[in-house]
Amino acid sequence: MIIHTLFFYLFSAITLASGLMVISARNPVHSVLFLILAFFNAAGLFVLLGAEFLAMLLVVVYVGAVAVLFLFVVMMLDVDFVELRQGFLQYLPVGALVGVVLLAELLIGLSGWTFAPEAIATATSPIPNPAEISNTAAIGRLLYTHYIFFFQVAGFVLLVAMIGAIVLTLRHKPKVKRQVIADQVSRSQKVDMHAVKPGQGV
Amino acid sequence: MNGFVDGYLIPGVILIAQSLLVLVLLLVSIAFILLADRKIWAAVQMRRGPNVVGPFGLLQSFADLLKFVFKEPVIPSGANKGIFLLAPLVTVTLALAGWAVIPFNAGWVIANINVGILYLLAISSLGVYGIIMGGWASNSKYPFLSSLRAAAQMVSYEVSIGFVLVGVLLCVGSLNISDVVLSQQTGLGTKIGLPGSFLDWHFVPLFPLFIIFFISALAETNRPPFDLVEAESELVAGFMSEYGSTPYMMFMLGEYASICLMCAMTTILFLGGWLPPFNFAPFTWVPGIVWFALKLLLCFFMFAMVKAFVPRYRYDQLMRLGWKVFLPISLGMVVVVAAVLQIMGWAP
Repeated sequence: MIIHTLFFYLFSAITLASGLMVISARNPVHSVLFLILAFFNAAGLFVLLGAEFLAMLLVVVYVGAVAVLFLFVVMMLDVDFVELRQGFLQYLPVGALVGVVLLAELLIGLSGWTFAPEAIATATSPIPNPAEISNTAAIGRLLYTHYIFFFQVAGFVLLVAMIGAIVLTLRHKPKVKRQVIADQVSRSQKVDMHAVKPGQGV
Repeated sequence: MNGFVDGYLIPGVILIAQSLLVLVLLLVSIAFILLADRKIWAAVQMRRGPNVVGPFGLLQSFADLLKFVFKEPVIPSGANKGIFLLAPLVTVTLALAGWAVIPFNAGWVIANINVGILYLLAISSLGVYGIIMGGWASNSKYPFLSSLRAAAQMVSYEVSIGFVLVGVLLCVGSLNISDVVLSQQTGLGTKIGLPGSFLDWHFVPLFPLFIIFFISALAETNRPPFDLVEAESELVAGFMSEYGSTPYMMFMLGEYASICLMCAMTTILFLGGWLPPFNFAPFTWVPGIVWFALKLLLCFFMFAMVKAFVPRYRYDQLMRLGWKVFLPISLGMVVVVAAVLQIMGWAP
């Protein structure tokens, strides 16, 4: 138990410290790297909670894919640090407002059952015994059996967003020559082989 | 205090000893696998390959190690020093960390965790950070271009690797790696009267996934023909251009460790891990770890041969292969496998 507690404090301390560094690092690439460190330590906290499936998912999805794209974009930006500093005071009130809204929402969410007593039923719904069922199976049962409708709807929303993004950005330029792999693979020798006599050309 | 010694100290010491054993054996094996790679490459091109240091050049890798270590590390003046040095460390650490969940034989595994496959997927997807960080921190054009390529390439091929894993896991019914191997004791071979044979392994019923996984593994580890990250005809030496001495050696070590990890994954997912190819006398006498090593070396031999005789892909062809060929096929295979398992009642 001592080691467990020690690791909890280690992971949470690093998560908080790197979270702080995300917003205070001067170089945006460093910020993203600290964000990755924060994700990683959050995954460590999940492991300590016994939610190893969520921990791995956090690493695969956020660290392995989302943060790579973040880094990809941030590295390509040409950031002028002096200019970045100048706008700080101007944007401070807006940032503070967003922070206050988020904090309020968190508080409301956490104390939800005082506003909505019927939410207690969800909060106290029986948690399966971890000795009987692994948490991968438990999450699968919850997502694909109990909440399949919401899961499918969420999938549809994402699909619509994806198609929307493609429709907005796809431009077909008429005069661009494209490689058609099927044509290349299915070509016959008749089309492309010529017996050329020297000095005469095709 | 007694509880601390029994509960933490002794298991902790055993764990560290096991990890060190695996680490040392792995590093020595990698030294010889690196040599094998060069030798196979040379043999295909009708050269001798390294043949000077030690008998048949067997000690070449150790000579290279000494050479790299005793060189002076050069850090470019415009480089971001911390990240520049962190990048090779990240690469090598991640490549070695994956081996913690690989079972070399029945029960021979350092961490037998429930989500072993996901852990491997996570670790292999993090490999891209070493390359991105190295390329960016070098503060040079070609390494930077290389790291952008790496980011796009590795994220793309992870998707098809993920779907291949889903296809295999549907047949297994567990995310534990030892379970993946044990589930290959019964299968097609058992149904046609050869129980416990190599026909039981997943590569027979899931052959398309096996091929896709192999090719995606080449792309994920930036091996030729997908080594656009260090395409020397376009990018000098890719993300490693500015590196020399020990940091360069660590990149190289990490690269080969992750190649071996991918070979081990192929072995476990499709070639039955430590299981012998036939379940009768002379084959069952051989210890499981020998079968595991032989299968891993077979996979590596295929990796090396591909490097020797397939020309490099163009970047748009690489992206087309990942997104327009492998993704639909692997997605379709997941649907087909799930349907067959459900209809035939074979689902675990």
